[in-house]
Amino acid sequence: MSQHYVIVGAGEAGARAAVALREQGFAGDVTLVGGETHLPYERPPLSKEGMLAELFAAKTIATAERLAEAGIAFRGGFAVTRIDRESKRLEGVDGRAIGYDKLLLATGAAPRRLPGVEGARVVYLRTIEDALLLREALVTGRHLAVIGGGFIGLELAASARLRGADVTLIEALPRLLSRGVPEAMARQIEARHVAGGVTLVFGDGIAAIASGPDSAVVTLASGRRIEADLVLVGIGAVPNVALAEAAGLAVENGIAVDRHLATGDADIFAAGDCCSFPLQIYGGRRVRLESWRNAQDQGNLAALNMLGAGEAVSSVPWFWSDQYELTLQIAGLSDEGIRTVRRDLGDGASILFHLANDGRLVAASGLGVGNAVARDIRLAEMLIGKSARPDVAALGDAGVKLKELLAAA
Amino acid sequence: MTEWIEACGAGDVDEEDVIRFDHEGRVYAIYRSPEDRYFATDGLCTHEQISLADGLVMDDIIECPKHNGRFNYKTGEAKGAPVCVNLRTYPVRVEGGMVFIEV
Repeated sequence: MSQHYVIVGAGEAGARAAVALREQGFAGDVTLVGGETHLPYERPPLSKEGMLAELFAAKTIATAERLAEAGIAFRGGFAVTRIDRESKRLEGVDGRAIGYDKLLLATGAAPRRLPGVEGARVVYLRTIEDALLLREALVTGRHLAVIGGGFIGLELAASARLRGADVTLIEALPRLLSRGVPEAMARQIEARHVAGGVTLVFGDGIAAIASGPDSAVVTLASGRRIEADLVLVGIGAVPNVALAEAAGLAVENGIAVDRHLATGDADIFAAGDCCSFPLQIYGGRRVRLESWRNAQDQGNLAALNMLGAGEAVSSVPWFWSDQYELTLQIAGLSDEGIRTVRRDLGDGASILFHLANDGRLVAASGLGVGNAVARDIRLAEMLIGKSARPDVAALGDAGVKLKELLAAA
Repeated sequence: MTEWIEACGAGDVDEEDVIRFDHEGRVYAIYRSPEDRYFATDGLCTHEQISLADGLVMDDIIECPKHNGRFNYKTGEAKGAPVCVNLRTYPVRVEGGMVFIEV
């Protein structure tokens, strides 16, 4: 009888896995289950180009024709309520059910909520609907309050300014992007937002948010009041683990998988934002990554391993953010390093190499206009993947090609 | 109708590297392979219109600087997600130290 592989979650990881199963020649049935009704679409543009384009058009990962051609059954708007591991069945509302032989959980993450805050003018960004609501509200003369100086908050602050709206951004810590971005680069990004007209408030907490039908008032811990037409909360994301947890699978800051993306149940895998996994290049340190590239890589890898390839996660974390004309790219996790070496690429672009105490290159952070840092960050990623120990003087010298260091590594 | 146009000097492109060439509103990418041959493709990635000349050339592959879409720059072939549309390629000849492409 034909095998049935089912993927729960039709985001980047899930959609990629479905396509990859076919690319690998899997001849059984493939069903891609999405909680949203939309065809699989790319989320990164929602805070960037999607905010700025004249007309909003979602970027689909796979069109209906392509899914049909590949023989992938797409079940949009299907909320899975339970995994019955005994009878290998997914249960949905109204008694609907889907049987599986192998299952991939690609359930993603959801914006972290501010406890006790509800109201029509308090929004989060994850879906097309959220983006459309923000687009409509962010026009000249309107005022957006952003809670949180992380990537979502900053990208939306930049997009809102470019759309002509006023922006006040509130960050509880003394600086932006304190998770994962070196301070020198965070300060450069901060300066760009100040120049762009964003009002930044540091070191102040949220005491209360009162949301009316048309506007909201944010009261800070210091007593300061900020009136806004809309409040965007961007304080991180939490993995969607409820299904896995209820099914008795291990959860450890995400659905806990091994280096093959397998859970404790041999027929259930997990990939993307929803799972935590051991990262080999850092000695098996367990991490959970919220990034587009990771979702792609793990979608591919999960598909391979559902087919029995037994391949381990080997990729280096990679992340990017666009704000105004600037692009930040980071390869690796910078907190693995104990010191940095700076390389100036000219025109304000630079790269910080993060080195461990044994001289290993463990991460590289690059910031510049457009794609000025892309090539070197890509080469740094390969050096990191090789656990290379490049010469410090060569790293700092823009005249030395990283390609040469890679060839020598 | 096609014509041969001068794109750059042969020495303007490093070995295993790429540069951008703009002509009549169109963007091209000119490559020099590790074995010292020249190639030309459309200069923008088929995924999100990003200039490929900021990307990395490794062997036969150009990788988009934004989302790592990969193409074989000798054939234009897209090498997998996120790119699925091939790049257009153009004939190249080198004469008198200059690189010409047929567009």
